[in-house]
Amino acid sequence: MREKNKHIILKTENLSIGYKSKKDTSVIANNINIELNQGELIGLVGANGIGKSTLLRTLTSIQQPLEGNIHLNEKALENYSAIELAKTMSLVLTEQLMSKNLSVFELIALGRQPYTNWVGNLSENDFSIINKAIEQTNLSNLKHRKCFELSDGQFQKVMIARALAQDTNLIILDEPTTHLDMYHKAYILKLLQKLAKDTNKTILFSSHEIDLAIQLCNTMVVMTNSQVISDSPYNLIEKSVFESLFPKDLINFDKKTRSFKVK
Amino acid sequence: MSIPFKEVFNSVFGVSENESWQYIIQDYRLPKAITAILVGSGLGISGLLMQTLFRNPLAGPFVLGISSGASFGVALVILGSGLFGGVFATLLISKWSIVIAASLGSFLVLLAVLLVSSKVRDTMAILIIGLMFGSITAAVVSVLSYFSSAEQLQQYIFWGFGSLGNLSWNELFIFFCIYIFGILLTIVSIKALNTFLLGENYAKSLGLNIKQSRLIIILATSLLAGTITAFAGPIAFIGLAIPHMTRQLFNTSNHKILLPAVFLFGAIVMLICDSIAQLPTSDYTLPINAITSLIGAPVVIWLLVRKRKMSF
Repeated sequence: MREKNKHIILKTENLSIGYKSKKDTSVIANNINIELNQGELIGLVGANGIGKSTLLRTLTSIQQPLEGNIHLNEKALENYSAIELAKTMSLVLTEQLMSKNLSVFELIALGRQPYTNWVGNLSENDFSIINKAIEQTNLSNLKHRKCFELSDGQFQKVMIARALAQDTNLIILDEPTTHLDMYHKAYILKLLQKLAKDTNKTILFSSHEIDLAIQLCNTMVVMTNSQVISDSPYNLIEKSVFESLFPKDLINFDKKTRSFKVK
Repeated sequence: MSIPFKEVFNSVFGVSENESWQYIIQDYRLPKAITAILVGSGLGISGLLMQTLFRNPLAGPFVLGISSGASFGVALVILGSGLFGGVFATLLISKWSIVIAASLGSFLVLLAVLLVSSKVRDTMAILIIGLMFGSITAAVVSVLSYFSSAEQLQQYIFWGFGSLGNLSWNELFIFFCIYIFGILLTIVSIKALNTFLLGENYAKSLGLNIKQSRLIIILATSLLAGTITAFAGPIAFIGLAIPHMTRQLFNTSNHKILLPAVFLFGAIVMLICDSIAQLPTSDYTLPINAITSLIGAPVVIWLLVRKRKMSF
C-alpha cells in the first residue's frame, strides 16, 4: 500500500558534507541525493571513517552542509526553528547520559519537552503518548525501574521509547546496536522495523550490521569511497554495491547468502 | 547568654518582659537564623545548578571563581588599605565597604565568565576558565598578603572564617531581595536543568536554547553565591555537599523534586551548624566554616560508603 502513495519526509539535493575551516575545506562526501519515505526503515552503512557520522550530523542540523540542500517535509532544514525541528526529528545518540538516576518513565517523559509548558508539567495527552511509547517498546514492566539498573539492551529500548514520545515524523539513530550481543542487535533492529510499520514513522539508523540491515530494511544508504547510493537491499545486491564497501583482501560479499564471508 | 524557651517566643512577638532578651532575640538571633536559612538554601541550590550544568559531581557554587572574586575584592580593601593610609583606611574597613568589595569582586569575575561563555561553545571549557580566573585572583591575594601587616592579615583571615551574624535588618533586606531574584531564575530553569541531564546534544535535539539556558543558570548561581559570599563570607562545603546528601536521601536526579529538597535540606543543615557553632551554654562562637566541614564531611563519607554506589 505504501508503494502507491509514497510521501517523502527527507530529501537531499547534491548535498556535499565535510568540514570547513578558515584555511581549507575538507570534503568527506559529495553529490549525495537520497530520499527517505514515510513509514520506511532505512539503514545507513559504510566502512569506518567513511563519513556516516558526518552525514547524520549534517542531516540533524548539528553541522552545516558544504553545499546542496536538505529538505525536511518539503521545507529547507535551515529554515526550521529549534523547537519546530524538535517536533519533526528525534535522535538516539551514542553519547552517555550524564545521569541515569531517573526512572524509565521520567526519562521517556523528557521526550515530551518540546510540547510541555515552562516548568515541564505533563498533560493528559502527554501521559497517553508516553504510555503508548512504553507499550510499543515492551517496557511496561520496567516503567518504574531506575535507568542505572537496566542492561544495555533494555536501556537502548528506553532511549528509543524517548524518541517515540517526542512524536516526530523522523527518528534518526546513530549506531543503535553497538555494545549489544547478537540477539539484542537483531531484537533492536526488528523492533525498529515494527515501529516504522506500525507508527508510519521514518526511521534512519547507521549500523555495521550489514547482514541484518539487508534482511530488515526497506531502503539502504550505502557509503563507499566513490559514491553514496540508496536503493532497496535487493537492488543494491543486484548492482553489486556491497562488493565495493570494503577493501577486497580479507572479506567478500556472497550474493547467495546475502552476507560477508572471510576469504 | 541563655534565654528560657518560653521567653524566646515572647521576645519574637515583642511581648517579653525582659527588654535585653527581647533585643538579643529580635535584633541578633532572629536575623542570624534567617541568614542561616538563606545561606544554606542558596549555597545548596547554586551547588546543584553547577553540578548539573557542568555534569560534574565535584562542582560547587564557587567553581566559576565567584568566591575568589569576592576574596580578591575583600583582600584589596583590607590588605590594600595600608596603601591609602590614615583616615581613609579606617573609613574603608567598614562593614559596607567589605560587602561592596566582595560583591564587586565576584561581579567582575562573573562578568568575565559570562563574556567568555558567550564565545565558548563547550561547557567544560567554561569550567576550566572559571578555575583559571580563580587561580589568578588567588595569586594576587597572596602577593597582597605578603606585603601586609599581621593585623590586616588577621582581619582578612577572620572574614574567611565566614559569619552568619552581624547582619542588620536593613542589610538582610537587601540580601533577601537579591536572593529571591536568584531563586526565581532557578525556578525558571527547572525544565532546562532536567533536559541537561540527557547531555547537550540531546538537549539541543529537544529544542532547548542551550546558550540562553546556560546563561540564566550561571546568572542565578552568581547572584546567589555572590551575595552570600558578600554578606556571610566564603562558606565552604555546604554548596558541594548538600546536593549530594539530598540525592542520596531522595534517590533521584529529577530537579522538580531535588530543587525544593535541596532548599529545605540546605536551610536545615545550616541552622544545625549554626547552633553547634554557638556552643550552647558557652560564651564562645566557633567559626562557621570549620563547623560546616567538621559535621558535613563525615556525613557525606558515611552516606557514600553505606550506599557503596554513588548516584549522580
